[in-house]
Formats: sequence, structure tokens, C-alpha cells
Amino acid sequence: MHQIDCPWCGTRDEAEFQYQGDATVQRPKPDADEETFFRYVYARENPKGWHVEWWHHVAGCRQWIKVVRNTLTHEIDSTGGPQSKLTKPDEKGGTKS
Amino acid sequence: MTGVNRVSVGGSRIDRSKEVRFTFDGQSYTGFEGDTLASALLANGVTLMGRSFKYHRPRGCLTAGSEEPNAIVELRSGARREPNTRATMAELYNGLDAQSQNRFPSLKFDIQAINQLLSPFLTAGFYYKTFMWPSSFWEPVYEKFIRKSAGLGKAATQADPDTYEHSHGHCDVLVVGAGIAGLSAALSAGRSGARVILVEEQVAAGGMTSTATDFIDGKPSDEWVAQALDELAGMANVTVRTRTTLFGYYDHNVLAALERVSDHLEVPEAHQPRQRLWTLRAGQVVLACGSHERAMVFDNNDMPGVMLSGAVRAFVERYGAAPGKRVVVCTNNDDGYKTAASLHKAGVEIVAITDARAEPSPAAKLATAAGMKVQCGVIPHKAKGRHRVSAIALQRTDGSSAEIIECDCVAMSNGYSPDVHLVSQTGVAPVWREDILGFVPDTPIRKERSAGACKGTFELNACLQEGHQAGCDAAEAMGFGSGDPGSAGTADEEEITAPLALWRCPGKGKAFVDFQNDVTAKDIQLAHQEGFVSVEHAKRYTTLGMATDQGKTSNVNGIALLAEARGEPIPDVGTTRFRPPYSPVAIGAFAGHERGMEFQPVRRTAMHACGEKLGAVFVEAGQWLRPQYYPKPGEGVMEAIYRESEQVRKTAGICDVSTLGKIEIFGEDAGEFLNRLYINGWKMLAPGKARYGLMLREDGYVFDDGTTSRLADDHYFMTTTTANAARVLAHMEHASQVLWPDLDVHFCSATEQWCGVAVAGPNARAILAKAFGDAIDISNEELPFMGVREFKWNGATARIFRISFSGELAFEVNVPWSYGEAMWDAIWDAGQDHGLIAYGTEALSVLRIEKGHVAGNELDGRTTAADMGLGKMMSSKKPFIGQKMAARDGMIDPQRATLVGVKLKSGASRLRGGAHLVADKNIANAETSLGWITSVCDSPAMGCWIGLAYVRGGLSEHDGKILYAANPIYEESPAVEICSPHFFDPKGERLHG
Repeated sequence: MHQIDCPWCGTRDEAEFQYQGDATVQRPKPDADEETFFRYVYARENPKGWHVEWWHHVAGCRQWIKVVRNTLTHEIDSTGGPQSKLTKPDEKGGTKS
Repeated sequence: MTGVNRVSVGGSRIDRSKEVRFTFDGQSYTGFEGDTLASALLANGVTLMGRSFKYHRPRGCLTAGSEEPNAIVELRSGARREPNTRATMAELYNGLDAQSQNRFPSLKFDIQAINQLLSPFLTAGFYYKTFMWPSSFWEPVYEKFIRKSAGLGKAATQADPDTYEHSHGHCDVLVVGAGIAGLSAALSAGRSGARVILVEEQVAAGGMTSTATDFIDGKPSDEWVAQALDELAGMANVTVRTRTTLFGYYDHNVLAALERVSDHLEVPEAHQPRQRLWTLRAGQVVLACGSHERAMVFDNNDMPGVMLSGAVRAFVERYGAAPGKRVVVCTNNDDGYKTAASLHKAGVEIVAITDARAEPSPAAKLATAAGMKVQCGVIPHKAKGRHRVSAIALQRTDGSSAEIIECDCVAMSNGYSPDVHLVSQTGVAPVWREDILGFVPDTPIRKERSAGACKGTFELNACLQEGHQAGCDAAEAMGFGSGDPGSAGTADEEEITAPLALWRCPGKGKAFVDFQNDVTAKDIQLAHQEGFVSVEHAKRYTTLGMATDQGKTSNVNGIALLAEARGEPIPDVGTTRFRPPYSPVAIGAFAGHERGMEFQPVRRTAMHACGEKLGAVFVEAGQWLRPQYYPKPGEGVMEAIYRESEQVRKTAGICDVSTLGKIEIFGEDAGEFLNRLYINGWKMLAPGKARYGLMLREDGYVFDDGTTSRLADDHYFMTTTTANAARVLAHMEHASQVLWPDLDVHFCSATEQWCGVAVAGPNARAILAKAFGDAIDISNEELPFMGVREFKWNGATARIFRISFSGELAFEVNVPWSYGEAMWDAIWDAGQDHGLIAYGTEALSVLRIEKGHVAGNELDGRTTAADMGLGKMMSSKKPFIGQKMAARDGMIDPQRATLVGVKLKSGASRLRGGAHLVADKNIANAETSLGWITSVCDSPAMGCWIGLAYVRGGLSEHDGKILYAANPIYEESPAVEICSPHFFDPKGERLHG
């Protein structure tokens, strides 16, 4: 059972959140081609290790937050608002494995 | 003294002054308070406690704990009947009623024991090989047969009368297991000042230490244990929970435990649950969960009376119950001697001790000195007897035969496997240690550490030290490094001689590896022979390590035998990954209070009582209760629905529509925001006007629909379907927070702020004019179709919308939630002269089907706007969510199934939703299906059954044609005519009235 540090509410139990998928994908501009939209809707990486995910604080402040989480160990490295630029630990220069 | 096998020495857990009466298979016995069912039965000389799963062989208990594979019984009767409980864990109480399982007609004479004669055919994989052909037999024949022979006890058929509780615990250090290592850890962590929770599965602490042989700080070990518990009880920062099994180790150091609060009582005490499910959040964890002894694998090693050595010792020391009068100890390690010492102290005759090792260990020498007969280099060959062991035939390790010894109990020890169950749940792979013949945990992944036997440390002194250190380390990691942890206890030095690997004592008979699943040594060879060489495959093929005991006594033996068959070392075979739960947990404990009315909240609208007064029958819509129909006395369901739908079109009806999702939207960019959410345009919508909107998901399929009104330049009011209210809000939050944070738009759910009614029918205006009087002018000029007005009613803000789902002249009125009942009453009173009736969700559905309006049945997540006939709504002048994907080839394929109407041709009694439309009623299958019916009703307006359907090619291909609505469940395929879905008033003249 995760504890997630909501940037607005503080550390809260996983039960308050709804997992909302991959936060590394960016919605294309409206005039992008069909293939680009197809990839946005359907194509996802399935990384083993660090990942950036959307969690929606549905039973709290109702903010969508970004969570840097390890899909293998479930460890959470950092959280931030929807527009934050979060870095995965393995991209920071190897301070954490 | 109760029981022929009760001894006067030992019995630390029983109170000899308190006799307890109980029954087993209808026979009455007497035990002591503190006994388990197993110990009390053994004390009474009862060894036969169950029948095995597959071969129905007679079985007694193998162990004294939760790892018990054999002695599985049913406890209690009636609503409290509980199948598949372990006799070794069931604590005795006065009047306990236990039944053996898996036998007919009786435990002594079990008809299915015939399976033993058939056993050459019942080897591993028997079911897979036998029940293959013909496939037409799978369900009607084979399933019935397999179901009959599968399963163990019978569950109660009545609702459980007891309650179960959920609790949360938080601590710095969680210690799992109150054996010597666990107690040491709890002491040092507690003394350091950390908040400690210590959980122990058994009713008492002390683990596997023996009062006969183990001394700590110069005292018998049980005195040290009592002292440790006293000290822990005196610390405010330490909680000790016994009868509590830690069964799951989850992420972020959350662990789950089951506390058996009242299982040792006939009926829970007042206000006490039967069991309590703990969610424990621990900063650091010390695993001190001990080890599991292994059986020796020899012929007939499953005979009642053949038990694990540690179990024999536990029965004698904890309960004063000797499993036999003449015991043979067969061991490959030093543990057998501990048991011998215990038995000796209790005055039980030890006929012989056999030790697989050729050289006598120091422990063997001590036993010899005490007058016991020790045979080295000797192992069991075969147990003899019928319903219990009467003799053991021995053999030498060099293959030559040895003597046959008469006995009524064999205490066997094939070494101890560290209990790596919980650590394996965290993802740590166990690693093999040849010196102790066991798997131990690898480097921790989580914030945990192991200590004592579960780490492969068996010497008492080392357990004390290791536990102490683990407690110190855990406390330090939580910031309690400066506290004084005191010092560890010390035990008299003891030397343990390494065990000898002995995975199969040579023999030709049935030698069991997994007792619960009747897996023999031969089955493992067979699995290997047939290609199931991976440990995970062999497990599933043979069922080794499955069921209630999860292979606690059998896994390592099984892995070793598989390694032998593969000709590889044990570490190369590896272990299976353990998953929670560690031991069975009742579904009731998981459910806790969340059952019956407490399963989920019930949402009632503000006008619920108004519906009740009129005799409404309510239907669940998500968590909401909505009036489904309002039957008059003596009226059936269908008649009521028919009457309501008919009357709305004749006079007027009122319907509670409060459950629709409602969202207030504000901001400069609110119109732009709606433009991007909906497929149609919103910027031109004038204040005071409403519009129907349809939104797609990003994948281009229809997501939800509803009416949205513009109340002011920067204020819109959206409605969603009841079912999608929460999803639409989340979708909008994603859009505004993630996709377009630059838009000036703010919104929040107002579903429970506004309650609403729909008033529909030719008399609707007259009724509302009377109800609201001068408060609002609702003439066609002031409030034309799709008009919206706010007004004051009794001091509250009300909103009236000229919108129609029924196709009639209709209004929806919203007032603040607390005004709901008053509004309903006002309209109801005003309507009495105008033929006003109340209608429910069923009539609502009839009216909208007659108009061809889509609802939940049609919005099934697989349809495009064009499929529903709303393709033209899609704006090409602005981008919106789902636009690009909705234009993909597959989404605009003219062969897609699109919305049509169906009319039942005469000759059949009714239509059914879900039926598939086919051209030839004799060939109805997945290939010939042209589409399916989504909604049906008996239409008063059309005078026949009608429905909505999706059909490939749609109206352009099938208009006016006859298809058949095939329904294989009801074995019917009535003829239907395909027509426009706009059955009634297709030009929409009535709603402009």
C-alpha cells in the first residue's frame, strides 16, 4: 500500500488516489497527424524500474499529480504538480539504483 | 488426568484444573483449557484425524502448528461452521464440535479409500490426461465428476453471524515472531525507545525452544521468555499481539496480519469481533518467523503416528500430551535428540533413535550416556500399520536392511527449512546454504532484516545475539540509535553438527513429499520425465506446495528431489515465489464491516420520501436508489410501466432526475473549454440557452452525453449521465490541469447541490405555471424550447430548463437539495387537476426509446457518434478531444453497425435486449450476426414491442427489411422489421407545443 506525497495535501494513503497511467506521453497539437495521435492514445512504454505516472487525488484535492515511481520496487522518488518537470533517479547521474 | 496419553510433566499452555468437554465426529472427549484440538485428541489416544485429499489415506497430525497439512477439520455447526481449519491451531473450548473431512461414511471406513487401489492411475497429471476427450464431455460429465471429488470441507450456507474488524497499526519496528530471536529484537528495539509491535501466531511466545534442554542466562528458557514478556509489557512503546498471524508483506512496508480474537471461544464476547484484520505500517521490520521442519521421505511416511520431531516435542512440552507410548526417533540432524530429551523427561519410552549420519554427534553421545539406544547410519525404510503406525522397518544408509521395531509413534526430523515465505513476498530470492540444507534470504529489498532460524541461525546463543542486533539496527535506522538497548541474553554454548542430506529413503512404496496434496516422490520424478522440469511447472503439474499449507513442510524436499531428477545442484533449481497469504485468511476478515448495508453507501435523492409515499419500487443506479416504477394496488410491473408511459403522453408525468451528474463551470474560457470537450460548438450559444452535447474519449469513441446550459457569459451548467458523472469530472480535471492549464476555467461537481425533476406531457406547462405562480413566466414566448431561466422560489434560487427527453412538452426544474421535497409536493399538488402521475426510470426509458434517444445501453464504449446517427454533430471548425481518432478508417467504415429501430412483427410475445439480428433464423452464430438489440420496450405509442439496435450497414441497407432477433438463451428468434429509430413524432412537433 503506497503512501503518496501530494504536493497540495501532504502524504496520503494510496486509497485516496486513482492511478491514471503514463505521464511521459504528451498530447500532440490538434493538427498533428493520425499516426502521432495513434501513438499518443495507444502506444506506451512498459518500463521495469523508474517511471513517471499520473495519480489523481480523487478523494483529496482532486489534482492530477505526477509521481516518479519504481515499477519494480514500488519506491516513490518524487512527486509534483501536472506541469512539473520531474527527473527519474536513473537520469540524475546514478545516485540511486 | 484426562486422556490415556497425558503425561504429568510439561504442559506449559494447559490449565490442568480446568477440564473442557468437546466432541470429534460425534464422540465426546475431555481435554484441558489451553489444549488445541490436536493435542487433546492425541492425549486421548486418537491419532486418526483426517483422510488425504486424493487417495483418502488415513492421516494424523504431522505438525503442531499452522503448517499442518493433514489434520484439517470442520469446526462448529450451522451458520458458524468453518471448514478446512487446522486441528493443531484450533484452541479448545467447552462444547467445541469438530468433524473430520473428506471421508464417507466415516473416518475409519472411507469408501473413496478405494482410490488407493487405483493409485497407479491417479499419479500427477491424471486429470489433465484423463479428462481431455471428447471435449463435449468437459462440462456435462467431467466437471460434475471433478467437482464431486475436489474440495475439502463444506462452507456454511447461512450468513456468518459474527463480525470482523479492520484495524490499522503504526510502528517504528515491527517484529514478526515471538521466538527467542523475535523477543530479543523486541527487547532491544523497545529499550532503545522505538515504537514496537511484536506479533506472534501462536497463543504463547517462546517459539521452538525446549524447556528440557535450553537454558538462557542460567534459567530454563521458559522462565527467560516469561521475564522478557514481563519487561515488554512494562514498556509503553511496545505492543505484543499473540494469536496474530502476519500473512502479507506489501509495498512501502505495509504488512497485513490476522488476529484471531475470538476463535478460541464458542461465541465472541459482546462487542468483540471474531477476527481482526490488521494493516500495519512499519518503519523497519524484523522477521523472526522461525523455520519449518521437514519430513523424511520413506514408504508410508504419512501413517498416523508418524510425526515431525519438533511437533512431538511441542505436544509434550506445551500440552503434556504424548503422541505415543513407545516412540522411535528418526533424524538426520541434532534436533531429534532434543525431542528425545523432552520425551525422556516426560517419562515416555524411547525405543530407539536412528541417525542418518555415520558418526555419532556430541548430541548422540549425550543421548547414549542417558541410556538411550542410538543407531548411527540408519534410516527408516517403511512404516507398518493400518490406521496408525505399529512398527517401523529400518535400513542402513549402505542399502542393507536393518531391524523392524514395534512402536506407536515415529518422531522424524529431516532438518529445518528457514521460513522465507514473507521475505520472498518482498521479492527477495532465497539462496541455498548447503551447510544447513536450507534456503535463506538474500539481501533485503525493503526496510527489513531477518534474525534467527528464518535466517538459518539455529544455535540458541546466536539467535539471542542476532535478534538483539536486528532490534538495535532497526531502531537505529528509525533514529533511536542513542537509546540504550541493554544486552542480549546468553545461552549455554551448544554445538550443532551439520545435518546429512537425505531426500529419499530408498523404497518402492508411496513416500509422501507433499502430504496435503498427496504428492509422492514418484510424482516428482514423473513430472520431470514428462518435461515439467522448471520448479514452477513441476509445482503446477504435481500441485506440490499448493493448498492451505502452501507446502511449508514439503517445498524443500520437493525441490531437492526435482534437483536429483535433473541431475543438478539444488540452487540451480531454485524456489517458487511465495505469495500472500502466508496461511489461509477467511473472506469475512477481508470484508470486515463492509457487508450488507455497510458494503457501500446508499445515496438517496432529496425526493426519496415522495417516491416512497407514492409506493415507488426503487432500483439501484450505481449507489443511487431511483424510483423504477409506481405500481398501483394489484398492478404488475409491465402494466405499471405501460400505464405510466401512456399517461405522460396523454396528460403529464413527474420524474425524479436528481441523480444526473451536474457540473458548474466558470471562467473567461469556459466556452472554449467546452468547445474542446464536446464534438459540437458552444461559443455561439447565447446566455439563457441550453444545448445537447456529446463528448468523445481520446480514442474517438463516444464517452458521454448531456445538456449543457449557458447561464451567463462566463457561467455554464453541464449535466452528465448518472453513470458517468464521476468519470466526466475526472476527464475535465485532466483536461484543465494537464492539457490546457492556460485556459481560464474553473468548475466543480454540483450533483448533490441541485435536485431536479422532469415534468413532461401536454399539461406540463399548466401544472408548473400553477405550482410556481408569479415566480416565473414559462410561456412559450418567455421560455421557448431549449430556453433556460433562473428564478427565485420561496427565497431560493431555482433553475428551469425547457428540455425534453420524452419528446413531449417538458421542463426540468432544479432547486437546492434541501428544497427538493417541497418542490415535488408543490408540483404534485398543482398537478392533481391536470392528470399528473409520477413515472419511474422504466417509463422514462420507454419514452426515450420511442423517440430514438440514446442512453447507457447505446453508449457502450464501442460506438462512434456516427454509429448513433449523430455524425453530423461533429464540428469541422474547431479541434476537440477524439477528433483525429474518430476519423480513422475503421471508425468511419460504412459497414459499421449503426443505430436503427426494430419493430416486433406479430406472432411473438416480446422482444429481448441482447438478441442478435440475423438474416436466416436457422443460422445464428458469430459469423452471421448483423448486429444486436440494445434496448426494448412494450410501446404504448406504437402499440407493439419496439427496440433500438445496432446493425451493420444501418438503415440505408436494411430499412423496411425483416431480420430475426436470435436469442439462444431463450431459444427464440422472432421476426423484426428494421425502421428508423425515431418511432414517435419523428418531426418533433409535440415538444414545441
